[in-house]
Order: sequence, then C-alpha cells, then structure tokens
Amino acid sequence: MRLSDLKKGQRGRIRSLDESVSKLRLLEMGCLPGEIVEMQNYAPMRDPLVIIVNGMIIAIRKENAEEIEIELL
Amino acid sequence: MNKLQVVLAGNPNCGKSSLFNALTGLKQKTSNVPGTTVEIRKGVFPLEDGREVHITDLPGSYSFHPGSDDEKVAADYLSNSSTDDLVIFIADASQLKRNLLFFSQIADAGRFMILAVNMIDVAETRGIETDITRLENELGIPVVAINARIGTGVEAIRKKIGENLFKVHYKFLQHSPGNKEDETVDRFTAIQVLMDKVQRRKPPLRILTVKIDGIVLHRYWGILIFLLVMFLVFQSVFFLAKWPMDLIEMLFSGLSQWAGSALPPNFLTGLIIGGLIPGLSGVLVFLPQIAILFFFITLLEDSGYMARITYLMDWPMRKFGLSGKSVLPLMSGAACAIPAILSARSIENKKEKLLTILVTPLMSCSARLPVYTILAALVVPDNASWGFFNLKGLLLMGMYLLGFVTSLLAALVISFFIKQRSKSTFVIELPVYRTPHLANLWHVCFNKSKSFVTGAGKIILIVSVVLWFLASHGYGNKWDKLNNTVVTDTAQHNAEILKASFAGEIGKFIEPAIEPLGFNWKIGIALVTSFAAREVFVGTMATIYGLENKDDYRSIKDKMASDTNPITGKPVYSVAVAFSLMIFYAFAMQCISTLAVVYKETGSIKLPLLQLTFMTALAWLSSWLVYVVLS
Repeated sequence: MRLSDLKKGQRGRIRSLDESVSKLRLLEMGCLPGEIVEMQNYAPMRDPLVIIVNGMIIAIRKENAEEIEIELL
Repeated sequence: MNKLQVVLAGNPNCGKSSLFNALTGLKQKTSNVPGTTVEIRKGVFPLEDGREVHITDLPGSYSFHPGSDDEKVAADYLSNSSTDDLVIFIADASQLKRNLLFFSQIADAGRFMILAVNMIDVAETRGIETDITRLENELGIPVVAINARIGTGVEAIRKKIGENLFKVHYKFLQHSPGNKEDETVDRFTAIQVLMDKVQRRKPPLRILTVKIDGIVLHRYWGILIFLLVMFLVFQSVFFLAKWPMDLIEMLFSGLSQWAGSALPPNFLTGLIIGGLIPGLSGVLVFLPQIAILFFFITLLEDSGYMARITYLMDWPMRKFGLSGKSVLPLMSGAACAIPAILSARSIENKKEKLLTILVTPLMSCSARLPVYTILAALVVPDNASWGFFNLKGLLLMGMYLLGFVTSLLAALVISFFIKQRSKSTFVIELPVYRTPHLANLWHVCFNKSKSFVTGAGKIILIVSVVLWFLASHGYGNKWDKLNNTVVTDTAQHNAEILKASFAGEIGKFIEPAIEPLGFNWKIGIALVTSFAAREVFVGTMATIYGLENKDDYRSIKDKMASDTNPITGKPVYSVAVAFSLMIFYAFAMQCISTLAVVYKETGSIKLPLLQLTFMTALAWLSSWLVYVVLS
C-alpha cells in the first residue's frame, strides 16, 4: 500500500521509499522507514496531501506520496 | 583577538531570524553573497569584555545536501567559512530529531558549536520534555535553552560566545556510507540513540495548529479564506498607503516650489525642477505601497499561513506549469520583480523555477503605477464611478488582474517549449502557526524599501541627467539656425528645438515602429528612457514638456492633457492612445535591473534576452490591438 492510498485520519507505518530524486528530501524531512504517518488532509483536488510524521505537518504532492510504501495501522 | 566570527545555522522555521534579531537589535544589514544575488543577513554586537561579534544568518536548511538554491548558499557558506568560526545551531525543541540531522553534519565536520534549543517551554506544554544538561554532557558543547521570540536565553548565548569554544565530541557517523540517502538514514539512527537519552515524548496531543488547519485547509472554506485574505491584503495596501502617499506628494510639490524660488534660474535648476524632482516624487510616492505589501507578505510568511497558500494553490498553479511555491514570487512581483525573482530560489524543480522567473515580471509592479496613474487621470475623470466603485480604482485593479492572468497564460505557453520531464519534488513543512514578530516585520519592510529607493533613485538621477543633456543639445545646420533666430512665439520655437535635439532625433528614429500603436516621437523618447526603468516615464514627460514651455508651471498631467496633434488638432492622449500606452507598459520588459537579476539567477544570457523579446513582442501586439479597436 502506498502513502497516497491512505484515507483521511488513517495511519500507517513507513516500510520503504522508492529510489527517486525525491528520496533524499523525503528522508531529510523525517519520512524514515519505521516512522508512523497520519493522513491529515487533502487539497481540493486531492493533491497535494497533508500528512503528519514525527509531529511535523508536511504538505506533499501525490506523485511524491506514491513513492512511499507503507503498511496500514 | 578582539573580533569573533559567528555563523547562525538551522532548519527553516526554527526561530533563527528571531534569535538573530534578539542578538543584533538594529545593527544589521543584508548583503549579497559574492557572485550571487542571494541575500545573507549580517549583524554586529559587542560582548561584555568589549570584543565585537560579527554574526551571519544563513538561509534555513534541512541538511548539508542542498535541494534548492537557498540551501546551497547555506552549505557553501559553511564549507567556505573558517573552521575557527563558531557555529550557533538553533533547533526547535518540538522537532529536535529532524533538526539534529543538519546539526550532526556540521558537528562531524569538526566545527566549534553552540546548540540553542528553542521553544522548550512550548514543547513541554505538548508533552515533550528535553534534558538540557544530559544533552550538553552527551554532545560536549554548550547547550542553551532559549525562547527567541520573547528573548529568554539570549543573554546566556551571548555569555557562552565569549567563553571557551568547544567541538562536538559525540560521533554521529564513524564513517560515511557512499550515498546521501544511506548517510541520512544512518545519521537518523544515531540521532535516535541520542534522542532516547535526552527527550521524553508523551503521545502527541491535538495541537491548536491542526485544529486551525481543519478550517483553513478545508476543501472549500480553505480556498474561500485564501481569496478573502488576498482581497484584504491588496485592499489594505491601497487604503493604508493613501495617507502617506498624499504626504509625500505634498512634500515634493513644496520642495519643487522652494527650489524654483530659491535657486538661480540656470540650466541646473531646470534639470532639478524639470526632471529630477518630478521623477523622484513619481517613484517615492509609491514607496508606502511597496512597504505595506511587503509588510503583509512577511506577515503571511511569519504567521505560517504562506506555506498553507503554497499548499492550497499548488494544484491550480501546476496546471500552468508553475508550482504552489510560485505564489510568493508572483505576489511579491506586485511590488517589485527583483526581490520576487530572488524568492523563486526556494523552488526545487528546475522547470517550475525557470517559468516562475520568466513570467514574474508580467505582474504589475509598483514602478508601473506612476505610469498607469498619470494615464488613467488623462482619460478617466477623477470622480467618475460605476455603481459603488470609483472608476479609476477599478481600472487600476483591472491592470493588476491583467498582469496576473497574463503571467499564468505566458507560463502555460512557455511550458510547452521547455522540455524537462524530471520528476518533481514537492514536500514542504507546514509550520505551526505563530504570532508574527514585529521586529522582523520592521526589518524586512525597511530593507526592501531602502533597496528600492536607492536602486530607483540612482537610475532616475542618471537617466534625468542624460536625458536633459540629450534634449538640450543637438547638431547640424537646423539646430544652429533654430538656436540663433529671434522668435516671437517661444512655445512653438521651443517645441521645434526639442524636435531637433538629440533626444528628438532618437524619438523620431523609433517613431515609425510605434506609430501603429498611436505613439508620437515624444512618447518614443519616454519609451527609450524608461527602458532603464518604467518609473522614468513620468520624469521624462516632465522634462520634455518642461523644455517646451519653460514658464508653464502646471502639473505634468495638465500639460500632457493640453498637448494636441499639430495636424489633426485633436488631443494627443486620446482614450485609444492612453490605453494602448498602459497596455504597453503592462507587458513590455522595461527594467534593466530585472534583466540583470534574471541573468544572475539563471546564469544564462539567452533567458533574459528571450524574456525581453517575448515581452516586447507581446506588448507591441497587444497595444496595437487595443489602439486599433479603440480608435
């Protein structure tokens, strides 16, 4: 399951990140394997998304959220 | 040694600027990093023992591996600074783990450091307890708890700067793995070990920010609130600026009258009263608007709402090839394109950044306002209204909208020609809402206004002098004959002289190119001079009409209004010409400083030239269309 598949209010645990140009930035922002993410909000067109990781609120484009593999909690 | 060099580093939104302001007070200045246009703030403050501390505030950065050009500046500055310099690292207590990534990279480079942990008190109310003493022991450097906003802990930092300097003895990474991604993961693993020793977290509470976001980022309410905020900002800019603008206008007309009576009637006085004073007042009068707009933009940034705008507008902006991050540059472009283009640095995606830089100058900047105002005054009566709305106000608002819509459409068109399909990264932090810091707002307003005044002032001074020379000198038989004849009709004669001068020659030279737009050679002169900067238009008109009628003390507007075409006998500034000219100024790239900034930021000479070409073509075609339709 991908981070972008989470519904509002659902939580998941990050399993892995795809190899891409965005990976480093995602890691630096605290999207590390093992961390718990919560889907907070969607923009009007369901893109970008707002997630909470490690107490930080992050806005992320759907295409970047699709690069994060998670397991639903 | 009585001078200490200190570098201030940290993540974005960690409270860095608050600490910088608290440490330096008013003694600070922004300066450019050599070779770039990136602004870095520097300040000086004394220690108790009399030594001077020179402190540099770096752009906020998440790590040593830059994602955007902003962050590259921070990383480069750190790598190139002397290893003897002290690095004060500021970390937000609520985000300590993530903040320590950048910290660990600087620490492993073997630098002298002090760690300032910001907002510990706020973190505690959220169930996050930090053991400062333990952190200090583990790291081996001074660790100070501060609240930069209200100034607690700032004295303690000042004291620590004067004491012995220490390097971090905690080793985050023994050896660096080959790639940056693995390095980041390994660093966070090491940081987690440290975190377990120094911080205890209770399960997170629903913080206030999340509750506010429930409304502010709501699918429908969010957009509505955004539009309302934009409307209020631009309304207030015009409303609040009115009073100081009237005051500035009064001061300048007083100055002009005083100069007219106090200075001897020679050519220098003519230059001062005819070109310099009207030129300067035409620009300075819009200073309040620039300052107030930047005040609001900084307010939106400081409060945390700007990041929300970026998020809300990302999808719609992407449809035009731009990014949510383009909103800030476009908004700033309504004041001045130069700082606006600089703020495009935070856009990581190359294509989106390039498009933003290319279209930002289409936004109606303050320099266009003097031009619009004088032209609108020529064709729209002062008190004319349409329903509840003042017609002139509506016209100006229309010009702003036109600039915004055109910049979006231009981005859309140009995006088809830029082939770059690398995947984009858009991951931004939505910071916790905060009460904006007044001192910071003041600094930003003051600095932006100052650079606008000095920049515009210099250009106007130079252009006025050059224009005055060109308009009062000429060559050839006709020029000599005109200047040696005794005449009865002075006004007519002066007009002939102006036409025969160098400036007149230039105007007549380009007249064929602008005749289809309804412009005569006098407007031609103004187009040429205001190529340096749009705001020069008013000063040029003042000089031209001042030379024609030397004893005429009416305002430039009245002089322009009474100018008639010698062949048809109709006013030169008809509705069609005034609108055509307004459209020309809306779209034409008449700002050398902007071209220079685009060149610096993109490192390419082709791009500013391309921008100049397409904007001039767009201006010519649209003006022509407007002129043909209206006349």
